[in-house]
Amino acid sequence: MARKIGEVILDLRHISLSFGGVKALTDISFDVREHEIRAIIGPNGAGKSSMLNVINGVYRPQQGEIIFQGEHRKDMDTHAAAAAGIARTFQNIALFKGMTVLDNLMTGRNLKMRCNFLQHALWWGPAQREELEHRRKVEEIIDFLEIEHIRKTPVGRLPYGLQKRVELGRALAAEPKMLLLDEPMAGMNVEEKQDMCRFILDVNDQFGTTIVLIEHDMGVVMDISDRVVVLDYGRKIADGTPDEVKNDPEVIAAYLGTQH
Amino acid sequence: MQFFLEVLIGGLLSGVMYSLVALGFVLIFKASGVFNFAQGAMVFFAALSLVGCMEKGAPLWLAFILAFGIMTLLGIATEKFVLRKMVNQPPISLFMATIGLAFFIEGLAPLLWGNAVRRLDIGLVDEPIPWILEHWNMVISKFDLVAAGLALALVAVLALFFQYTRVGRALRAVADDHQAALSIGIPLQHIWALVWAVAGFVALVAGMLWGARNGVQFALTFTALKALPVLILGGFTSVPGAIVGGLIIGGTEKLAEIYIPPVMSGIFGGNFGGIEGWFPYVMALLFLLVRPEGLFGEKHIDRV
Repeated sequence: MARKIGEVILDLRHISLSFGGVKALTDISFDVREHEIRAIIGPNGAGKSSMLNVINGVYRPQQGEIIFQGEHRKDMDTHAAAAAGIARTFQNIALFKGMTVLDNLMTGRNLKMRCNFLQHALWWGPAQREELEHRRKVEEIIDFLEIEHIRKTPVGRLPYGLQKRVELGRALAAEPKMLLLDEPMAGMNVEEKQDMCRFILDVNDQFGTTIVLIEHDMGVVMDISDRVVVLDYGRKIADGTPDEVKNDPEVIAAYLGTQH
Repeated sequence: MQFFLEVLIGGLLSGVMYSLVALGFVLIFKASGVFNFAQGAMVFFAALSLVGCMEKGAPLWLAFILAFGIMTLLGIATEKFVLRKMVNQPPISLFMATIGLAFFIEGLAPLLWGNAVRRLDIGLVDEPIPWILEHWNMVISKFDLVAAGLALALVAVLALFFQYTRVGRALRAVADDHQAALSIGIPLQHIWALVWAVAGFVALVAGMLWGARNGVQFALTFTALKALPVLILGGFTSVPGAIVGGLIIGGTEKLAEIYIPPVMSGIFGGNFGGIEGWFPYVMALLFLLVRPEGLFGEKHIDRV
């Protein structure tokens, strides 16, 4: 394996988030190291998606601190998170359905584009060069994800599994440091799951992208992740390597229930 | 035949004026998925601002720039005070907000500029072009021709802008999914402020042309109603659709006005006038039955 796990890139400290009286997250702390694949698991309603939403600034926690690449923040905002190199996919696919695969991926490069809007409107020298350069990068990602044949297809027409792959592509187009995947394999058949697993591992391996993922398929999680954090009812109940977590009594209780 | 052509061309040219108003709707709809009820009010406000600046002694070009400045400020203010609070709200809430905005602008305009009906002189006269009259014996208004030319140029530029530029792509992305657009770092605020400013610009051009023809008055807000059938025909999301829709509505309503009454009078007797007023809406209604997404609109595919 070429990749090696580096320093802590994201450190979440004592994060608490509530909506009105409902506590979604209570005093959660964990860290993510560079180049690792970090899984967040837990039963339904455990606060996994809320956790991702805190990391990329959709939700602002009432308490706690987020340290990304050494920078301390009280909370993220979505634009700052994207600019800092955090990309994500969504549990319910959030692609631009009317646009083609190519256009979807090109929007993913929005932040990388430097020319101003007037230059683009006029399709003027540097803007044209820039557009072509980004197009080349996007084509690389298209090749990587093996979606050449659907390049010009409007995303809304694609089957579910491919849409998930395109969404991963859009996130990759931003060349992120960290990739947040919210149930990347939900609703897929075995074959599609295997493909997606391969892509996630390849992304991690070839681009060195740090990955934080939420997944329900325990087989997958235990196979591909380096460390796993387990949430239940908005609290952290375990944190460690897949093997450690698997044998943790509290985790077993959360998943299988306890004897009374 | 000559008369037929004359009517048709006159209709097509005035249709382009409808397109211009429809274009303002399309822009906002494309960028936020919202039908902007305030577009008519914006046309009125833009025209009033233009006349107001001219009355203060500014030449047309300066008044145009000033009015554009005012419309841009209005766009930015709309984003800041109305839309920003409504990210991720369902479209119906945003639609309601634009209704409020329409009333606000309709009240603000007379407050700033007074409520008298004003004449707007932009140096174009509504008279036949002598050359065409001489050679083809047709009455084609110079005003209509220039107005149509302006509108077409504007539509062409905007269509290219949406299809091929980064900002255009970002705009379409925002319209499709706010949340996803935010997650890839598209600054929603800038995009919305920009699109409202552009819609303000389109409203200004429309207001200038309509105002120069019919006088600047409150009735300008109703031009928006004329844009509705155009939108239904062309599709709410298509810039070229707005122009084609406008041409069809403009052409057919004038032809209907001229050719239907004699036939109807022949059958039922009596007097059939004013068909122009309702014909476009009947067209739109029929069209809705056949092709609800419009000629160029995006068809929505939902998985069941």
